[in-house]
Amino acid sequence: MAIDRFLVDESHIMMFARAVADPNPIYNDPEYAAKSEVGHIIAPPTFAQASAQFDPDYFLRPKAGEAWFGSAKEPTGIKREKKEGEGSGAAAGGLHAEQHFTYHRHLRPGDVLHAKTFPGETYEKQGKRGGKLIFSETITEYYDQDDNLVVTAKGVGVRTEKVIEQD
Amino acid sequence: MALQASELKVGDTHSEVVVDNLSRTQIVMYAGASGDYNPVHSDEVFVTKVAGYPTVFAHGMLSMGLTGKMLTNYVGDGRLKHYGVRFTSQVWPGDTLTATAEVTAVRTDDAGDQVVDLEITTTNQDGVAVIKGSAIARVD
Repeated sequence: MAIDRFLVDESHIMMFARAVADPNPIYNDPEYAAKSEVGHIIAPPTFAQASAQFDPDYFLRPKAGEAWFGSAKEPTGIKREKKEGEGSGAAAGGLHAEQHFTYHRHLRPGDVLHAKTFPGETYEKQGKRGGKLIFSETITEYYDQDDNLVVTAKGVGVRTEKVIEQD
Repeated sequence: MALQASELKVGDTHSEVVVDNLSRTQIVMYAGASGDYNPVHSDEVFVTKVAGYPTVFAHGMLSMGLTGKMLTNYVGDGRLKHYGVRFTSQVWPGDTLTATAEVTAVRTDDAGDQVVDLEITTTNQDGVAVIKGSAIARVD
């Protein structure tokens, strides 16, 4: 899965900073940012995760004309599992277990990124209740408009192998 | 304000309450901004009747974002080189989270930058760790 065009926009950065309850003016005040060490508005450290908005197939977003597994007035009964090659969410295979970002530089308004996603390692651990936990890594590389690598992200999803619990 | 390598010691800590009494609306704001609209985070009917949880819970990435505020307040803007976490427990509406960074090393990295290594822990009001992680930031 690839994201062809992830536009880093000043108003999206403002909304994202509000969403993580961070009033730091480096995220929304151009005059403050101009006088700061970085010299311009930047995006918060976890902003690259919002690339889900630019993934046309992201499976955790309702899409017009398609059934959605969340409830309406009552539960819909629709089962929604991630299909192969669909969406780039780190937690796409189950629960989100880990997330790591390496910053080659910090994102700023006006950046037009594209991302390449590929699978990392898969490994198993024994769960506390006897079930098997299967961890799978997803690596996403974000490149800017000059094709420079700007952020490398590693997400780890975990799913449990179904076991029948006897309480 | 950037940190000064000469003033940092292993074991130094910085701690902040990053959210007090987490609201359901804050979780909805995160869904809207991030694009992760998984109904387990906002849809009470789905999460209780279908998914089988007591109520909605926060995105792991919201906890990571909230913890990131503590981190950038400590190390300064644009200073992070790495930030990674494990999600160790779920975060629920009403939770109050305290994020802490502890200095584990001050060194020169492979790129020749002076950096600080930080161990990160975010705990809820019951002292349960919801995030454990690490960060590397450039210092002066």
